[in-house]
Amino acid sequence: MDSITIIGAVSIIVSGITISLGSIGPAIGEGMALAKAMTAIAQQPDKSSTITRTLFIGLAMIESTAIYCFVIAIILIFVNPFWQHVIAAGG
Amino acid sequence: MNLSISPDDTLFFSWGFFEINATILYTWIIMAILFTVSWIATRKIEKGVKISRWQAAMEVIVDAIRGEIREMMGSDPDRYLPFLGSLFLFILTANLLTIMPAYEAPTGSLSTAAALAIVVFVSVPVFGITEKGLGGYLKSYIKPSPVMLPFNIISELSRTLALAVRLFGNIMSGTLIAGVLLSIAPFFVPVIMQVFGLIVGVIQAYIFTVLAAIYIASATQVQRKQEEKLKKQINEKSKEESDG
Repeated sequence: MDSITIIGAVSIIVSGITISLGSIGPAIGEGMALAKAMTAIAQQPDKSSTITRTLFIGLAMIESTAIYCFVIAIILIFVNPFWQHVIAAGG
Repeated sequence: MNLSISPDDTLFFSWGFFEINATILYTWIIMAILFTVSWIATRKIEKGVKISRWQAAMEVIVDAIRGEIREMMGSDPDRYLPFLGSLFLFILTANLLTIMPAYEAPTGSLSTAAALAIVVFVSVPVFGITEKGLGGYLKSYIKPSPVMLPFNIISELSRTLALAVRLFGNIMSGTLIAGVLLSIAPFFVPVIMQVFGLIVGVIQAYIFTVLAAIYIASATQVQRKQEEKLKKQINEKSKEESDG
């Protein structure tokens, strides 16, 4: 295999691994946070506005880790610096 | 399949190094929309019961943002309203206009998101210094102990990065998913994802503003005072109850 094939194959495989592993963790975390918030709202319905606001901020914080992985996967597929370097050097 | 991941790549006009891409053009359009609407709404401001419809709509928006800031920061919202309100309205308009055809949200470009995050990054020390003075603000870096100084600086930088990448990633992923779905199931499915993208856009605008408010509040340290006041109130109330 020449280096272009290796770089292309590794980039695609790694971007898949990145997005899959990177969404598992935040998904579990968001599920737990949401479940706890549901319990809290069920126990104290009159505090639901505060709970919902805090929940949204917390979910955004958790989700940003998944977004980082997504951005890395996108970079690997669309604007891969190694790939572009090899193309520029070879082409 | 040709997917562009950023509106920066769409060029409308270029002259030497001077380029007008989709991000800049749509930012200008959003600014024009916001300016025109605010100008029309505030042209004839009246007091009293009978007010114009534009003014009533504007009052609802401003009042909602004020209430949210007051609950978030626990202090006088008018000080932060112009900054946080414009942030919120700009991101909200940018994200909601994606229902228009041929429009790409400028917030889906890392340049816009990074610019907004840098504005927040600069505004935190500005508000902190005007509130507590230069010494008082710098002292907040060595709290709770001077050992924490590098970590405080790192957190300041990393949260700016997180702010930019969060907004960019969410909006860009919405555009990208719509693009992918258009090529595999173009009939009805993209509409659902676009509606979902609108919800994400509103939530991201809200979260960006709330996080900016929290960062500014942590620099001005009004939160702690508010908590102390609250604690004092609770203590007094419980004392009264135990007395009575």
